[in-house]
Amino acid sequence: MKATFRYPFSAAHRLHSDQLSEDDNWRVYGRCNNPFGHGHNYTVEVTVSGEPNAETGMVVDRNQLDTMVKEEILSRVEHTNLNVQVAEMKDLVPTTENVAYVFAEWLRRGWPRHFSSQDVKLDRIRIYETRNNRFEIEAHEVKQ
Amino acid sequence: MLITRRVEFSASHQCAVAGWSEERNREVFGLDANPYGHGHNYVLEVTLSGKVDSVTGMIVDLKDVKTVLNREVVDKMDHRYLNAEVPPFDKVVPTAENIAREIWRRIQPHFSSETVQLHEVRLYETENLYVEYRGE
Repeated sequence: MKATFRYPFSAAHRLHSDQLSEDDNWRVYGRCNNPFGHGHNYTVEVTVSGEPNAETGMVVDRNQLDTMVKEEILSRVEHTNLNVQVAEMKDLVPTTENVAYVFAEWLRRGWPRHFSSQDVKLDRIRIYETRNNRFEIEAHEVKQ
Repeated sequence: MLITRRVEFSASHQCAVAGWSEERNREVFGLDANPYGHGHNYVLEVTLSGKVDSVTGMIVDLKDVKTVLNREVVDKMDHRYLNAEVPPFDKVVPTAENIAREIWRRIQPHFSSETVQLHEVRLYETENLYVEYRGE
């Protein structure tokens, strides 16, 4: 069975690649290339899968998952500028595609610390950049 | 990786099979068979699959996706009476299923490159009813 939890956060970013000329950056990223950056109210959806616990009836302990997402993701990005304040994104264009990979990798790395003895797995991450754009990565797409 | 773009359009339709009696249409389609038509605020979610470009960090330029969806779907269907104004719904019953299939047919050629493919069309007729189509 799968269970999905939503976590909103707000952050600034600027889409700009050092490998492209100024003109090409503008052509590829448009307004997202604004040198001053801009921001979004993002929402991360974390989907986990597993058998519901016989006693609690839950696939995952909600508090444990909240703690994990807070420690591994939200504390690193909430009200930050992704380009300059998040180490893993300094050499990366913080498109939401790339942000999704970074988040998935953070969860993958942190998983054993938070869910060592439980049979609950990360299934999927979705990031809404706005209500109209979302990006989705399945756990098996993240390098193991 | 999957990327989904959401757009809305509002349109009216009537669901009835041309050769059937009014009673039979009423029996099968219920209120949707009202001969004067009725409308919905449709919500369309188009999901594309692809690989992230190593330079741009993007699968596809979302501005281009929006342009295609507006040109092929929203401009053609928004504030229209589908049965009368949007082929093939003069001949095909404009159920959510058939509208989703028609949207797939219209946009699929624009998302069939090596780097990006159309993965799914999800069409909400109301908040409580949606259909998903993957070109099967």
